[in-house]
Amino acid sequence: MSTPLNKNDGESYGAFVRRQFRKSTFGMLSVWVVGVIAVVAILADVLANDKPLVCSLRGEILFPVVREFGVSLGIASWGAEFGTADWKSLPYDWAMMPPIPYAPGSTDKSLVTLNERSPSLAHLLGTDDIGRDVLSGLIHGSRYALSIGFVAMSIALTIGIILGAIAGFFGGIIDIIISRLIEVVITFPRFFLIITIVALVEQGTLWLIMGLIGLTGWTSIARFMRAEVLRVRHLDFVSAATALGYSTPRIIFRHVMPNAIAPVLIYAAFGIVSAILFESALSFLGFGVPPTVVTWGSVLHKARASTYSWWLAVFPGLMIFVTVSAFNLIGDALRDATDPRLRS
Amino acid sequence: MWQYLLKRILLFIPTLFIITLISFAVSRLAPGDPAAAKVGQGGEGGTSGRGTLNEKTIELIRKQWHLDKPVWKQYVIWTGGLMCFSMDSVFTDGNTNWSAATFTGRPDFGKSFQDNRPVFDKMVERVPVTLTMNLIAIILAYLIAVPMGIYSATHPGTLADRISTFVLFALYSLPVFWIGTLAITFLSNPEFISIFPSSGLRSPSFSVNWSIWKKLLDYSWHLALPMIVYVYADFAFISRQMRSSMLEVIRQDYVRTARAKGLNERSVIYRHALRNALIPLITLVAALIPNLIGGSVIIESIFSIPGMGELSFKGLVARDYPLIMAVFTVSAVLTLVGMLVADIMYSFADPRISYGKKTS
Repeated sequence: MSTPLNKNDGESYGAFVRRQFRKSTFGMLSVWVVGVIAVVAILADVLANDKPLVCSLRGEILFPVVREFGVSLGIASWGAEFGTADWKSLPYDWAMMPPIPYAPGSTDKSLVTLNERSPSLAHLLGTDDIGRDVLSGLIHGSRYALSIGFVAMSIALTIGIILGAIAGFFGGIIDIIISRLIEVVITFPRFFLIITIVALVEQGTLWLIMGLIGLTGWTSIARFMRAEVLRVRHLDFVSAATALGYSTPRIIFRHVMPNAIAPVLIYAAFGIVSAILFESALSFLGFGVPPTVVTWGSVLHKARASTYSWWLAVFPGLMIFVTVSAFNLIGDALRDATDPRLRS
Repeated sequence: MWQYLLKRILLFIPTLFIITLISFAVSRLAPGDPAAAKVGQGGEGGTSGRGTLNEKTIELIRKQWHLDKPVWKQYVIWTGGLMCFSMDSVFTDGNTNWSAATFTGRPDFGKSFQDNRPVFDKMVERVPVTLTMNLIAIILAYLIAVPMGIYSATHPGTLADRISTFVLFALYSLPVFWIGTLAITFLSNPEFISIFPSSGLRSPSFSVNWSIWKKLLDYSWHLALPMIVYVYADFAFISRQMRSSMLEVIRQDYVRTARAKGLNERSVIYRHALRNALIPLITLVAALIPNLIGGSVIIESIFSIPGMGELSFKGLVARDYPLIMAVFTVSAVLTLVGMLVADIMYSFADPRISYGKKTS
């Protein structure tokens, strides 16, 4: 009867990395932090909105927030009655407002003095110079921050993995061309390239920013994938797969990739950090998103114009800092977890 | 070694070609006619109305900036200028006379759309400020980071190590544009504490007659906040690498050998471990260079320091294509050179790395 000497013998590499990752207190804490931010981002419309969650209007029960979601998906419409309605002043029988009863873009021109705009019970984190609620802006901003991070990183991952794997697997002239391409892209002054394109194009959009960050950020992933594929290309299990007549994509994705996933995730975590930082720096300088879109960086941008509004400087920066720290810690914990020296 | 250098420099050519192409393409593909924008002073399509006078001015400007020529000729004129050639008389009325290109010995990035001055001159006068600040910041950052990294790695697990690791991590995740804004908001603001000036290089009352100490004091008072922001950003980046590099080296066999032959701890750490731990830090210089201009754009525009970063920021706001193209190209070249220098320094510092032919 053969019993494993150790309960962890024979576990897969993925299971090993997960087990090591769970040992990291900060890493696990950061996963929770990112989770909370993701939940806030998903529920942003329910948490902060100028429309009631549920209301009764002239004896009719309405769910305006749900309907707004439908309208944004294109499966519902406001109709003639609510198209231009001011939701704040409708004659409700009763209404249940979201916890923060302001939309990120709704302005309140009645707030004139600095004192009226500073944090108060009505506006917990204050408002900006045109009376937009900061807390609502930050809640909806988490949506932009996370989607920019994930979309930009997905673009970079796709390009990096495919190009790296092709270069490593085929070698020869294909490898030389891809390697040169990587060298060229590495030398791009990334921040300046993105800022130039976004500033020169009439109006930068979120998709443009995501695309540019992704298109310039794939080089380290491609280099890693290339090295990884080169390393395992002549190992027995790849030869066996080739001998069995498997197609090249199948060998790369089913046999080579699984071992490379964990290290690639390290690049992904740090890539998300740089994507979030790029976008906030762009918006901070005033080149990023259109003025109607409220992101963490664009709230911080407002702080430059009105230095007396300290709340505009402190809170959005804090959100960026917390998010960036969490992804950095996840990256660090993953790097420690994939360290082969830990595997005894 | 020389062969390697030559190969690397030859590889620069296709890279530079692609970079100039991108730089050129970006400025040409951007919507809007620069000449029309110039006449309208940045307004959309000319706010002053389109009279015949304006049409004539636009024609003149288009001619002056070669915008009336085919795109490939514009590109040739621009890149010729980059390589110190004056291409003014190459393309005349449909004729192409390549021998008319004259070597001027001075790169020509075209004239700024904002004030018609040569972009090269504008950049040259801004470079010293940015370069000095970045150099001082990098040196200061290394001076703090290296001893701290050594201490942290030789005393792992102690309270001081834990605190420094934690603080370093926090610094690493703090975005510069946030710290800069906080510094301006809280430290140079009459509402809170106003101990630092919020902008500029020197006081309005600055005069050349001041003593050297008074001048120095005035400069350092103005540059204290931006320098702190510069230094912490570089410092967080460097010391993170220093600690891990030192920890890595201390585990090596030759360090155990040095201990085994009875050397005291001091010489083990400083003579045997530190030298090897410093090698990876060399490549960091190459990594810091591309951030140089990007970082300066943010920091200089927060603190209104008249350097390269602020020049580029203003150029971007004013859509000054010649200026933007120049800054983009220059920073790409800087990055290329930085990478090459780091590789060469690497081979000097580490005898195990050789780029020449293997002679055995």
